[in-house]
Amino acid sequence: MRIDRKELEHIAALARLELNEDEILQSAEQLSQILDYMSVINELDLTDCETLSHSIGQENVSRPDELKPGLPVKEVLENAPEALPPYFKVPRVIE
Amino acid sequence: MKWDVVIGLEVHVQLNTKTKAFCACSTQYGAEPNTQVCPVCLGYPGALPVLNEELVRSAVAAGIATHSKIRTKSQFSRKNYFYPDLPKGYQISQYDDPICYDGYVEIENEGKKKKIGLIRIHMEEDSGKSLHSESGTLIDLNRSGVPLLEIVSQPEIHSPQEAYAYLTTIKQRLRYTGISNCNMEEGSLRCDANISLKPAGSPAFGTRTELKNLNSFRNVERALTFEINRQKELLESGGTITQATLLWDEQKQETRQMRGKEESHDYRYFPEPDLPPVLITEDFIQNLRMQLPEMPDLRKERFIDKYDMLEDDAAVLTNEKEIADYFENLVKLFPNNVKLARHWVQGEILRILKEQNLSAGQIPIKASHLAELLQFVDRQDITPQTGKAVLDEMCATGKSAAIIIDEKALMKIADSGELSTIIDKIIQNSPKESARYRSGKIQLLAYFIGQVMKATKGQADQGITRKLLIEKLGPVTEG
Repeated sequence: MRIDRKELEHIAALARLELNEDEILQSAEQLSQILDYMSVINELDLTDCETLSHSIGQENVSRPDELKPGLPVKEVLENAPEALPPYFKVPRVIE
Repeated sequence: MKWDVVIGLEVHVQLNTKTKAFCACSTQYGAEPNTQVCPVCLGYPGALPVLNEELVRSAVAAGIATHSKIRTKSQFSRKNYFYPDLPKGYQISQYDDPICYDGYVEIENEGKKKKIGLIRIHMEEDSGKSLHSESGTLIDLNRSGVPLLEIVSQPEIHSPQEAYAYLTTIKQRLRYTGISNCNMEEGSLRCDANISLKPAGSPAFGTRTELKNLNSFRNVERALTFEINRQKELLESGGTITQATLLWDEQKQETRQMRGKEESHDYRYFPEPDLPPVLITEDFIQNLRMQLPEMPDLRKERFIDKYDMLEDDAAVLTNEKEIADYFENLVKLFPNNVKLARHWVQGEILRILKEQNLSAGQIPIKASHLAELLQFVDRQDITPQTGKAVLDEMCATGKSAAIIIDEKALMKIADSGELSTIIDKIIQNSPKESARYRSGKIQLLAYFIGQVMKATKGQADQGITRKLLIEKLGPVTEG
């Protein structure tokens, strides 16, 4: 399956990635190869198989609705590239 | 040209759980920014979500309250998109297998009852909050991971009024179950609407627009009315509708297109590998069904039968669960006169709540205290008028009815002797009115009754007063 330039640009936009000309060509090629590789699986007849979403067979893992304190704000913001305590700050999002 | 209006509503409901959907952080509204967060809801790599069992219980309760089918095995999915208030890069939601599906609620609009189908109810997590300033966007992640239910209706709503009735019904039923306050001001109930028009009778749907930012039920009604007219005018002048997301501008009372949202998102849903499937047993559902209170429609029917009241009165009393509970509590303590009890709850208690801007859960008078007051009113020891004043006093001071009545000597004057003296004096002081009355102006009786009430501060027994006045004023000469 070919990933064309338009498709690649769309995927890049959804992932908020800015790619230069070389990267666009290279990524399109690589993604196409990956899809070709995965398409081997498509040759199997899976009509009677239920989709498997979990492989370890666990069910109903839950916890009671009991409160635990969160992290101190200082720690929360520690790894943020930019902050205006007590907020995180990011480049302006145009609505 | 005649048009059919087709509306579908998506309602997001924030649940009353103490903690978030997948971590133990608080969901308390109004906390300082970024003080209710942990590695899970901050989206740190390697942090794993664990499902809050109360979220599952709430979702099933919502399903039961809306006659929905409950899925025996449901699972979570990731909805992928990039936005700064969603630190993981995906929202945990449900896609293929929502926990509830195929339900309905019965609404009433202009006296007509109608069923509105529900496509699905699914569990998901909320995103954080963005504040846009000139120099950047500020992010508060307290709301990130707060549990939500999304309730999606069938496109079976055909007018803004029906949309209003539908929302009221959903809110009422969810409040009865206790899973949410459904408080629009605090954002615990949010609504989006899809709307399209098609030529009357046509089977094919028209192009729809999506309305967002509808922050009150009245706004939903107004925005839909505006949008129906906009689409109608456009279609009738030969234009076409473009699929778009519109924001309701409350100030300008109009819809406008959201900027920069042209691209339809490609969410690439896939099963959430970190959360195992949720299995619901029939026992679990039955157990929960037994724990849930009687739903408002059934309760209304029962009130009509059991307490012999009109449908409108029963509707007022059962609108909020707390009021209905209060009424039934009162009737248990004061079974002598159900009609009187109904009258006082509907008239006085609701008046006090409105005047003091209190919610149904904050009735400032205990049912037992009102029952005591109603004993006095029922025995006609005090006039209804006095009773109301006593009730206000009870609210203000917290004193019991008996104490207030005793302290202020409010017992009704039903003693003919005492009333006689008062009436004699009033007739004596109103010679003109007495004469006019006797010469045929019998409407003046009301004037005299008023004078007696004034002199006794409303405590005179009306029947006896009337009888004594007629006797004492003497015969009326016709003409």
